Amino acid sequence: MLIRKRADVRPSEITSRENYLNRRSFMKSGVIAGGVAFAGPGFGAVVPREPRDKLDDVSSSEFSTDETPNSYEDITTYNNYYEFGTAKEDPFENAGDFRARPWTITVDGHAEKTGSFLFDDFIKPFDLEERIYRMRCVEAWSMVIPWVGISLAAVVKHFKPLSSAKYVAFETLVDPVQMPGQRRRVLDWPYREGLTIAEATNPLAILAVGIYGEVMPNQNGAPVRLVVPWKYGFKGIKSIVRMSFVDKQPKTSWNMAASNEYGFYANVNPEVNHPRWSQARERRIGAGLFAAKQPTLMWNGYGEHVAHLYTDLDLRKNY
Amino acid sequence: MDTLRQIRLIWKPAVFVLCLIPASLVVTDALEITGKLGANPVEEIQDRFGNWGLRFIMITLAVTPLRRISGWNWLLRFRRMFGLFTFFYILMHFLAWLFLDQGLLLAAIAEDLTERPFITIGFTAFLLLIAMAVTSTDGIRRRMGRRWDKLHTSAYVVGVLGVWHYWWQVKLDFAEPLIYAVILALLLGYRLWWRRRRRQRTKRGTSPLAISDSDQAHRAAQTASQDLQRIR
Repeated sequence: MLIRKRADVRPSEITSRENYLNRRSFMKSGVIAGGVAFAGPGFGAVVPREPRDKLDDVSSSEFSTDETPNSYEDITTYNNYYEFGTAKEDPFENAGDFRARPWTITVDGHAEKTGSFLFDDFIKPFDLEERIYRMRCVEAWSMVIPWVGISLAAVVKHFKPLSSAKYVAFETLVDPVQMPGQRRRVLDWPYREGLTIAEATNPLAILAVGIYGEVMPNQNGAPVRLVVPWKYGFKGIKSIVRMSFVDKQPKTSWNMAASNEYGFYANVNPEVNHPRWSQARERRIGAGLFAAKQPTLMWNGYGEHVAHLYTDLDLRKNY
Repeated sequence: MDTLRQIRLIWKPAVFVLCLIPASLVVTDALEITGKLGANPVEEIQDRFGNWGLRFIMITLAVTPLRRISGWNWLLRFRRMFGLFTFFYILMHFLAWLFLDQGLLLAAIAEDLTERPFITIGFTAFLLLIAMAVTSTDGIRRRMGRRWDKLHTSAYVVGVLGVWHYWWQVKLDFAEPLIYAVILALLLGYRLWWRRRRRQRTKRGTSPLAISDSDQAHRAAQTASQDLQRIR
């Protein structure tokens, strides 16, 4: 029997999307009226324990898109998070009791600073920023998501990688008791992902700890997940417990499962189709029943920031 | 009221209404009366119609084995309705793909049909279903004779193509298409087993029915029951 736990948040506590959007324009106008250059607050990131708790001291970012974000409901009920089941609604239904605290992240490999860190200590040195990004799934749908996170480039620099560190590899928690999807070997657990050092230090890459100005819901990868908006969504590894600086290209989960369909790079590319479906267009979630699909953009529209990373790469081979 | 009239006046309309429930739920969920279609309604509508199409082809193919095992010959009276509901749900699945998913964009439709094998397979099954649906009336069945039987055994081909179509579009988790594949294998296996057994009996000459096709036997039974009705 499925027992669905009621959200322990009163409707009055939830910021409506309209108010939320107004808040942004209010903040923007405040900045302009004050004539103050917003130089970054330098507060240090503090993330409360419970999903939906408000995140404080979040600065806005020039990398955010002006497109309207998807509703909180769309973002939190339509997820690919196979650790909680393979259907889109499974993570919403199965992740309610997941314990995202206490949480330990291990940093190892070719770096000066390594060790195991409690999540709160791990993110404390960094500043929270809101990044409203397009998210393009390899399944040809997309959303706009107002993430809150910390710059991955800052995190990488903080741990002082050695010159031998060419890649950063990530791993998700393995806990079949809490993550029912791991009781079947749909993927070879733990979920693994990786970036080149150049990709990891690109200013677009973030480790996200929240959405809509609130603590990350479990089904979206609490407490911390990767967001790399110019790549297909599956690169955005969730519930990270390990970050390794390595000298060789790390194994990545979907590539291990079907290397002819999912590459290491997985950059959004409308010209290279998935073997079984077209990547030329995408369905924007929330656009409605009768909305046409929209054209997919190269690098998901982030080419000005990332195209230079791939000038020497054959994108047909390195999909 | 005799059994045949009961089937025609009560049971057939009742089963017809039951078979329409999944389609009605798509409409009422779209209007948010009974539920919701979720964040990606286009995908949800296609999936629901496709799934029900697969379920109905399985139900249709299960009629003959169930009848033989249970001896409930009245089951046969629902087979055409189930077959036509298979066609109906796959037609809706096709229309949802054509209008909602592809938005009638001809270039994309042509590309999908020719370059995506799982769509080519699904479309082939749909063409076979059209052929069976338009030849499903009593009159055409009589006129086509044995060719009708041949055409309508492609129900099994539709089953195989349908499961294959589903299997091929799944990303990684094959649990659901596997369930359909197992059911289909059981239904096909039963049919093969039955044939072999009948052939062996023919050789030994033990079964008077063995010389005729099972459908001819069914027709003979039908005529007999109609005669019986007339006498009553």
